[in-house]
Amino acid sequence: MLSYLVQRIVLLAATFLAITVIGFTITRLAPGDPVELYFSGGLAGGDTGVSTDRLKNVERAKEALRKQLGLDRPLYVQYGIWLGDILTGDLGTSFKDGRPVWDKILERLPLTITLNAMSILLTFAIAIPLGILSAVRTGSLADQVTTVGAFMLYSLPSFWVGTLIIIFLCGGDYFAWFPSAGVRSIDFDPSWPWYQRLGDYLHHLAAPLFVTTYGTFAYLSRVLRASMLEVKSQDYIRTARAKGLPERTVILKHVLRNSIIPIVTNIGLLLPALIGGSVIIETIFSLPGLGYLGYESILQRDYPTVLAIFSAGSALALIGILISDLLLVAVDPRISFASRPA
Amino acid sequence: MSARAPQSQRYGARVWRTFRHTQRAIVSLYIVGVLAVLALSADFIANDKPHYLSVRGESYFPVLLEYGVGLGVRSWPAELRNVDFYELAREADTAIWPPIPYSSTRVDIRSQPFKAPSSAHWLGTDHLGRDIAAGMLHGTRVSLTIGLVVVLIQATIGIALGALAGFYGGWIDLVISRFIEIMLGIPTFFLLLTVAAVFPPSIYLIMIILGLTGWTGIARYVRSEFLRVRALDFVEAARSLGGSDLRVMGRHVLPNSLAPVLVSMSFGVASAILSESALSFLGIGVPAHIVTWGSILSAARTNTFAWWLAVFPGAAIFLTVTVYNLIGDGLRDALDPKTALALEARGTEAAPVLQTPAVETA
Repeated sequence: MLSYLVQRIVLLAATFLAITVIGFTITRLAPGDPVELYFSGGLAGGDTGVSTDRLKNVERAKEALRKQLGLDRPLYVQYGIWLGDILTGDLGTSFKDGRPVWDKILERLPLTITLNAMSILLTFAIAIPLGILSAVRTGSLADQVTTVGAFMLYSLPSFWVGTLIIIFLCGGDYFAWFPSAGVRSIDFDPSWPWYQRLGDYLHHLAAPLFVTTYGTFAYLSRVLRASMLEVKSQDYIRTARAKGLPERTVILKHVLRNSIIPIVTNIGLLLPALIGGSVIIETIFSLPGLGYLGYESILQRDYPTVLAIFSAGSALALIGILISDLLLVAVDPRISFASRPA
Repeated sequence: MSARAPQSQRYGARVWRTFRHTQRAIVSLYIVGVLAVLALSADFIANDKPHYLSVRGESYFPVLLEYGVGLGVRSWPAELRNVDFYELAREADTAIWPPIPYSSTRVDIRSQPFKAPSSAHWLGTDHLGRDIAAGMLHGTRVSLTIGLVVVLIQATIGIALGALAGFYGGWIDLVISRFIEIMLGIPTFFLLLTVAAVFPPSIYLIMIILGLTGWTGIARYVRSEFLRVRALDFVEAARSLGGSDLRVMGRHVLPNSLAPVLVSMSFGVASAILSESALSFLGIGVPAHIVTWGSILSAARTNTFAWWLAVFPGAAIFLTVTVYNLIGDGLRDALDPKTALALEARGTEAAPVLQTPAVETA
């Protein structure tokens, strides 16, 4: 077991390195010199106009900056330096405001994690009962409604649903049920009792949470239903019924447990979609999370930040794949570590 | 060497027969057909030039003429150059206009921006006063083209790499499988955003990136199919008859492995359309003058009173994505011997078994 784990982690590390090489190359080969950007007011804004007599100084300063950022070295040396920095926990400095990228990410991360953790919990809380209901009463009205409903739900583009919610439910000309931006009300007061603060927070997160969640729970409930139907037709289920077990036990113990495998593998595969999904949802609802930071950084060509988020995203994806493999072994004793292709 | 043709025809016919029993998929197929017709005839339905114009004793067919000019076989007559057809039509004897007398890019000066749907503008106008109905039609063209081109790129790469890996196995398989794993670990949508944002906006660039990043599913399918099929007797027979590797792969293994690829391709179209719309929605990638469903929807983000900018393009994206997903679903049911038998026996719809539909940003 341990050797399998070590082997997997080594392979993952190699894959991660390859991905960072791709990300690094793209951001460095992209048109638009960061130094030019830096001087055209990208960094710290402010001093944009430069008079002609200062131009020579500017050229010299640009050269110095290029050297300071290491941009005058060959690409592979730059990559080596970047990798060394990453491994020692230094993600570099933002081109935009000169702040350490770590700080920028750390202040945005909690919101994204909260949103996604709540979304995953909610997904399972809804998908599992719905899938069971649908599979137990195959062909019933409830099953048909959930089948059609689920199909519609996961074909609904989240950016459309998000926009519709903003237009129709978040102020505007129609209903004002939810706030349209941010995580705090304008009249937020830190002296509010905790339940009022929590309520305010949840009120702001409700709409984004719904948009993040509906597609995945619709999808997962279908996966569970299909898997349960397959298990239900197995001989050992007939045996369980024949020996007089109550239906409840048969479903919850015998069917459900054996049907859970595809759900488990999907947990890991949900993770990589989170970064991309966060970009869209946080942008729609103006939530100061990691996805919104990524979107802003891309627009501002803040490459160190973009590269850091890109790497974090791929690390998350790879860890997701590993987790789902490990969970698979944990829930299904028939699958052994040794026989699985690494 | 067409010994296998009759059998694969029978197989194809059986799959088609089962597919036809899946009502949802058939209806979806019709809808795709309608969308394709709309996309092809967009210029004839919505155009800021009349179909027929008779002015000062001369007859013109400006819409057709535009095609001729586009192909380089005709040129605009001097009297029609830089002419405003709306003005010209006023002094014309007869002018036959398309049902929607605006083009997708035309800024209607007579109308204000942000007009709600009315008889003049069926689906309203956007922030520049462009007609949304015309924009929707043009968007259909963009979306369907993107879906098709992207999936063709994905299928080419996926089939080629998957076939190589599955057919030869060994170190080739190892290298390609590692490569697939690398691709799976890339946060695709974020990569897409980055590349689309830093390079000059272009619809072709979007197609290429989507094509280059989305082939892993097809490659994995083809690889496992090749692994399975290459050990079968008929492949051995073709080999012993002296067929070259390429011939064995192309003529014997591939046709027997292609069916699941069609399922992936159908989902792939849906997913490509979704990704392009999401990019345009974020205002990245597609040049500002090109109107797409996503770009119309994007205008609704900042102008929350203009509900028509959100409702119509979003519904179009939803419809298109749904029908492609349904087609993929129906195909998979038809190809799966278990559900296929049940379908034929009952002649009704089987409950869809969902595997890999287009899930956004995955």
